[in-house]
Amino acid sequence: MQGASCVEPIDWVEVWLSNRGDPAHLHLSKDGCRIHIRYLVQEVCPTSRLVIQGGQMAEDTTRSTDQPEDRQKDLHQVNKTGLSRRNFLKGLGTGAVAATVAPATLAEADSHSATTGAEITRATVKLSINQQVYQIEVEPRTTLLTVLRDGIDTGGQRIDLTGAKEVCDRGACGGCTILVDGRSVYSCMMLAIDAEGKEITTVEGLADDNELHPVQEAFIEHDALMCGFCTPGFVVASKAILDQNPNPTREEIQAELSGNICRCGTYPFIFEAVASAAKKMK
Amino acid sequence: MAEWGEARKSSLLGKYTQRLSGPQKVTGQAKYTFDINRPGMLYGRILRSHIPRGTLTALDLSPAQQMPGVKAAIPLIEVGKEIRYEGQEIAAVAADTKDIAADAIRAIRFDYDPLDHVVDLGESMSESSPQIRDWENNQSDRQIDEKGDLQAGWTTADAVVEATYSTEVQVHTCLESHGHVAEWDGDQLTVWASTQAVFGTRRDFARHFELPEDKVRVITEHMGGGFGSKFGPGVEGQAAAKLAKETGQPVKLMLTRKGEQNTAGNRPSMVQHVKAGATKEGKLVAYEVSGYGTSGLGGGAGFTGPYVYQVPNYRTEKFNVAINAGSGRAFRAPRHPQGAFAMDSLMDELAEKIGMDSLEFRKLNDPNEIRHAEYDRGAEEIGWNRRQKVAGSAPGIQKRGIGVGSGQWGGGGGKGTKARVNINSDGTVEAVTGTQDLGTGIRTAIAIIVADELGLQPTDITVKIGDTLPGLPSGGSGGSQTTPSVAPVVKTAAMAAKESLINHLAEKVNVVADEVVIKEGSVTIGNNQLSWKEAASTLGMETISEEGSWDENLREGGAAGAQFAEVEVDTETGQVKLIKIVAVQDCGLIINRLATESQINGGVIGGIGYALLEDRIMDGQTGRSLNSNLIDYKVAGAQEIPEIRAIAHDTDRKVTGIGEPVTIPTAGAIANAVYNAIGVRVRSLPITPDKVLTALEEA
Ligand code: FES
Ligand code: FES
Repeated sequence: MQGASCVEPIDWVEVWLSNRGDPAHLHLSKDGCRIHIRYLVQEVCPTSRLVIQGGQMAEDTTRSTDQPEDRQKDLHQVNKTGLSRRNFLKGLGTGAVAATVAPATLAEADSHSATTGAEITRATVKLSINQQVYQIEVEPRTTLLTVLRDGIDTGGQRIDLTGAKEVCDRGACGGCTILVDGRSVYSCMMLAIDAEGKEITTVEGLADDNELHPVQEAFIEHDALMCGFCTPGFVVASKAILDQNPNPTREEIQAELSGNICRCGTYPFIFEAVASAAKKMK
Repeated sequence: MAEWGEARKSSLLGKYTQRLSGPQKVTGQAKYTFDINRPGMLYGRILRSHIPRGTLTALDLSPAQQMPGVKAAIPLIEVGKEIRYEGQEIAAVAADTKDIAADAIRAIRFDYDPLDHVVDLGESMSESSPQIRDWENNQSDRQIDEKGDLQAGWTTADAVVEATYSTEVQVHTCLESHGHVAEWDGDQLTVWASTQAVFGTRRDFARHFELPEDKVRVITEHMGGGFGSKFGPGVEGQAAAKLAKETGQPVKLMLTRKGEQNTAGNRPSMVQHVKAGATKEGKLVAYEVSGYGTSGLGGGAGFTGPYVYQVPNYRTEKFNVAINAGSGRAFRAPRHPQGAFAMDSLMDELAEKIGMDSLEFRKLNDPNEIRHAEYDRGAEEIGWNRRQKVAGSAPGIQKRGIGVGSGQWGGGGGKGTKARVNINSDGTVEAVTGTQDLGTGIRTAIAIIVADELGLQPTDITVKIGDTLPGLPSGGSGGSQTTPSVAPVVKTAAMAAKESLINHLAEKVNVVADEVVIKEGSVTIGNNQLSWKEAASTLGMETISEEGSWDENLREGGAAGAQFAEVEVDTETGQVKLIKIVAVQDCGLIINRLATESQINGGVIGGIGYALLEDRIMDGQTGRSLNSNLIDYKVAGAQEIPEIRAIAHDTDRKVTGIGEPVTIPTAGAIANAVYNAIGVRVRSLPITPDKVLTALEEA
């Protein structure tokens, strides 16, 4: 195992079960990796041992463009909310899984905090969503998507922004797409604590007063929706595309939307809608 | 007897109408079951088996029950019973938050004695396989269908093709998973359900909880896809209602993605050993198939054959094979895509053997005249004459080819829907019925029909569907039956409401009814003209409320379709790239052309996944699915979509359903195009690069 003695901040982790072969190799994206770990832990059978190992990436791997400062900033932001990576892992909830974690930088996961319900760390975060500020108490593992959909603010008010959908819950479908500082983000892959200080826009925040955004209008005109469950994700992603590239070709639209899935098969009309919205926005 | 009149003259029927739910759906305001947040609502979650087979020897819910935030935990299987597939329900919990529910699931202890499992079709049929179902050798009884004299057929055949075609297990993969929000008020149960059948679901809940049906209300305002898999409460619905009852709080229980993929249905696989013969003049004379498939533990595996072709002599045999995996359910055109893919491939192979153009050969054996016209139209649109005369003969590494596929569906609807149209004195109009909109656009279709009758716009009509409360039942939305079942009753209700308004106005001003004409948003009485609103205001304290009735004459079944595909196959990587698909579909009398085109696109795209991408992959060793997630289970994404020409072939027939027929011919057309491109046939779906490369190597 390369990197087993690594003491630097790490870029990747490998997670596997001691009674199964194939490790899952995960790159530490800014927000994603921790959630991935959460999933793997959930799927462990009770008799397994979970082994996590981390290290640094070689220069030529896909994520090597990540700026080290970004990583530091990211860690720092977590710290601002009073949560260290160690505490974070404690809050994970590892159930019956005995975890061996190496190297030391990842800390040891507590093997029973979740099952006893004890010591789940909580923090209050301030989130700016659709230009409104909410104070919400969250667990470290709480995703931004969960906060939007199911969160209750400290005043007892439900956030109730249910436009973003949880479909795959692991960054594979785009159903939960929202904008964070203007860029499209899978909200199932971002922790709520990492969204502090950022401007969050959901599909509910796209229309200006009662005036629909041109992308929304175009989706209706071109029937770019059937059951509509994927639609909020596509609408938000499409807006983000046009903000970056006001004149996308069909190929560019297809490439940019490849992170979103529609099971009803509305793609052809979505492509038309995005192209026509682009024209309208000129 | 009512008539649609000449649709072409209508300003609404058959025209492009935007979906009424569009504004809600693009702004995130549309509330699906998944989005329902009730005061005090708890989150339910199901503990599922991670093993494919074993006897449950212990189940201890107490660690979960003792966790803070957990309100209830219930068993869903008894100790001593057999666990039969990965994902089988073991217990369920309800907790204050989703995350706590997930923790609680992990805290539950259970133990089991493992039993031998089998998840492979071939292995399950072998002598050495464990017996996992009450079927001899895990095989259901043969279903046999015979016609003519097969032996005589073979003697007249000039060419015979023998081949094995196989198709994968396809998983519905509804983006909104199966699920419910259940809430009790005394002995009254209200359920928000992601279902294709609000009334059927109400009945099933009532039976399960031994309640009178009128004590149960089921609501489905919007729902995120069903494709045949959502017809009742299921274990998850019963669990949600039980947890709600036990806690006295509303409970939302939606399946996780993994639970959805493993347990909420699939299209069974099929292996068809086919032998067929034709004369050199191009007539099919004999056809024989033995076909078997698996969906898991249930039945439902089958195929349609000889499908749209006439064969004087044939014998087909079908049976199901059990494996330890989640069971199949109806899936968009059950049994048809399996049958069509094999028949489309077979027709191509036979045509080549007798040296005839594949389209010509089809026409000689397919009696359906509408499809003949569709073949011509599609052939022109795709450029059939550009097809490789000798398959695989194009030079270069990337080779292009063109192929055709055919399909047929019933979808004529039937009796059983009740619908009501109300005209209120403020001029508002309501159309109420107990159907549900899965994304097909029935809500908008209802508005169009009523508006067309009353001279209004679809947006003037408030359509109330997806709720059992008004007590106007309609059937489940399956089999492409919704529109042809609902449209006639809505149409006659609107006609009756219009007649009532006319009679009311005639009486009011003392003229004969003939002198009252309702048209284009206004009402003419003799020489006087009133706006719709003014006319309605004369109702004063009254409301016009009329029920419709079933009218056989307004609907029709039997929708023919043909599709053409152009592909480019990379002979070095095995990658199949779609260039274009032309879908020519008989849609009967079209109500909303925009939604119809969407349906055609959607069917084709489902067919693309079936042809090239989708496959439930089971691991023999562990008996678990290897791709019960959206990363590894590949549904078609934006990059896989070629140019699609959706042609609604107008036939001036009556209203019919087209949800299913449009997904049938796609895979055959693509498979035939691949053959035309590379000159080697891949007889197994999905046509993945490894299969293409293997086929090229073996050629
Ligand atoms: S739910 Fe977030 S990407 Fe699928
Ligand atoms: S419209 Fe149904 S999933 Fe996209």
